[in-house]
Amino acid sequence: MEALVASAIGLMTSAGVYLMLRQRTFPVVVGLTLLTYAVNVFLFTSGRLATNMPAIYGTGAPGYSDPLPQALVLTAIVISFGMTAVIVMMALGAFLEAGHDKVDMNDDDAPTEGGQK
Amino acid sequence: MMYHWISAPVLLPAVMGALMVLLMRNDLLLQRVFAIVSTLGLLAASVALLVAASNEGPEVYKLGDWPAPFGIVLVLDRLSALMVVLTAVLAVAVLLYVIGSAWDARGRHFHALFQFQLMGICGAFLTGDAFNLFVFFEILLIASYGLMIHSGGKDRLRAGVQYVAFNLVGSSLFLFALGTIYSITGTLNIADLAVKSAALTEGDAALFRVAAVMLMMVFAIKGALVPLQFWLPGTYSNAPGPVAALFAVMTKIGAYSVIRFGVIVLPPSHPITGTLIVDLMLPAALITLVLGALGILGATTLSRLAAFAAVASMGTAFIAISAFTPQSTAAAMYYMVHSTLAGAALFLIADLVAHRRAHDGLHQSLPPIAQAGLISALFMVSAIATAGMPPLSGFIGKLLVLDALREQAALVWSVILVTSLITILGFARAGSTLFWKAHASAPAGEAPGHPSQTLAFVAVGMLLAGLVALTLLAGPVIAWMEVTADSLFDTSAYIAANQLPEVN
Repeated sequence: MEALVASAIGLMTSAGVYLMLRQRTFPVVVGLTLLTYAVNVFLFTSGRLATNMPAIYGTGAPGYSDPLPQALVLTAIVISFGMTAVIVMMALGAFLEAGHDKVDMNDDDAPTEGGQK
Repeated sequence: MMYHWISAPVLLPAVMGALMVLLMRNDLLLQRVFAIVSTLGLLAASVALLVAASNEGPEVYKLGDWPAPFGIVLVLDRLSALMVVLTAVLAVAVLLYVIGSAWDARGRHFHALFQFQLMGICGAFLTGDAFNLFVFFEILLIASYGLMIHSGGKDRLRAGVQYVAFNLVGSSLFLFALGTIYSITGTLNIADLAVKSAALTEGDAALFRVAAVMLMMVFAIKGALVPLQFWLPGTYSNAPGPVAALFAVMTKIGAYSVIRFGVIVLPPSHPITGTLIVDLMLPAALITLVLGALGILGATTLSRLAAFAAVASMGTAFIAISAFTPQSTAAAMYYMVHSTLAGAALFLIADLVAHRRAHDGLHQSLPPIAQAGLISALFMVSAIATAGMPPLSGFIGKLLVLDALREQAALVWSVILVTSLITILGFARAGSTLFWKAHASAPAGEAPGHPSQTLAFVAVGMLLAGLVALTLLAGPVIAWMEVTADSLFDTSAYIAANQLPEVN
């Protein structure tokens, strides 16, 4: 199971990084989403992989699964979901204002008439 | 004595921000009144905390009354109290400017976002838990996204998307670092991390080094350290002027976190990481300073110039931090307080100029702007302060940094002194294009009219008065900071304040 989870995290991270380096907004957002998924699974495994274990250590239990990473993951999911929503809205706004969805800025057209207000 | 007040800098803006969204979203006057009351309250509470922290040792506030390291704690010590006071002072000045220049009327929810931003900044300074630090980072970031694109516009939105994307990557990196640290040490409380990481076995050493470098990279992103500085010029120069001025304290959060973790968790005497952090940080800081100075010289607009001045000031601060001695940390603190005020003043002045000119580009001189005399005098003062010329506090700050780094004088001194010269040249070029050559190209006739905006000038004057006070009171302030640095490096008091349970 360790190999499966580890390779899933690695695959998602590499796909996320690849997409993030694209020039258009949409692949970048998808790449960021993949990266946050990878982080969430990674955080989940930071408490060690344990199946069928109680969350709280009892006398009769063979072990326990650490509940703290699950709380951390919940927080991270909420935050990354909110952040993704924000960037989608902003990307949409930028696309509607600029007429294209290129990520990079062209510095040449910065200080023109009426800009920089 | 101050126990419950420790949470005030987080709770007060949080409650006020929520009230503004819920109850007064359509009434700008009411929002302004509440914003001023809330920010002044924050200032009063933070000064009280500073006095308390100066008289007593570090104090821990247990959120939900759970003991550390199981619960989350806020830790008030002299350094965090200083940073919260700095934030509050800056917030009051920026708020006055925003009201005076009517920036808050150009879009919705400015004041609510401003309060949430303050909540995140104060929380990041006060927290004693690494994961909680991440949460407060996200709070201040999500508020800063809203502030950054306040009043919209094509360039601002596109720069905003870049800013958000870059910070999302930074947040993911932060989570990777925290996950790795947790899986090795089983804790995220900063004091507990200091104890547990020093006792790690050889098998975990490699993983811990990776986590430490990732963590420092996240703080380097926040602090705009080369090679992770490239988000800053575009973001700061495209953000509304007062928002960029408030952001001047955001880079200091990165520097503060580096000091906090670098001194308590990853000191150069750490058995596993050793001088790894120092070896990476000093060259990066030197390059940051050079890049910032060159940016000042080559900037195409005044707001870009102010942004590169922020990069250069972070370079100087990180040079001082990277030595990790009490003397250099005290110098870094003084320089950080100075550069926050000076950088914010510069952004506000750039905004004043941009309002009165067709654009704030430096490639051509335009006819004189309204109130040119006053604005150029303010620009002169803030340029002297930023470049580090006598008599203002920038000079004293750079002197302290030079004095703290005598051991590497050949390299560090020459870089700091040469970049200071380049900075002076850059400011001289900008000032002469904006204010002097304007008279040569002036058409005959009267200067263009413009609303006087008294309150906005009061705000800029406040920041500059802060610089003057920092210069006049340099003796007592530096003495206080030296005690602060000494108590910071005596980590046992910080760890003891967390009342960690005995390891069995």
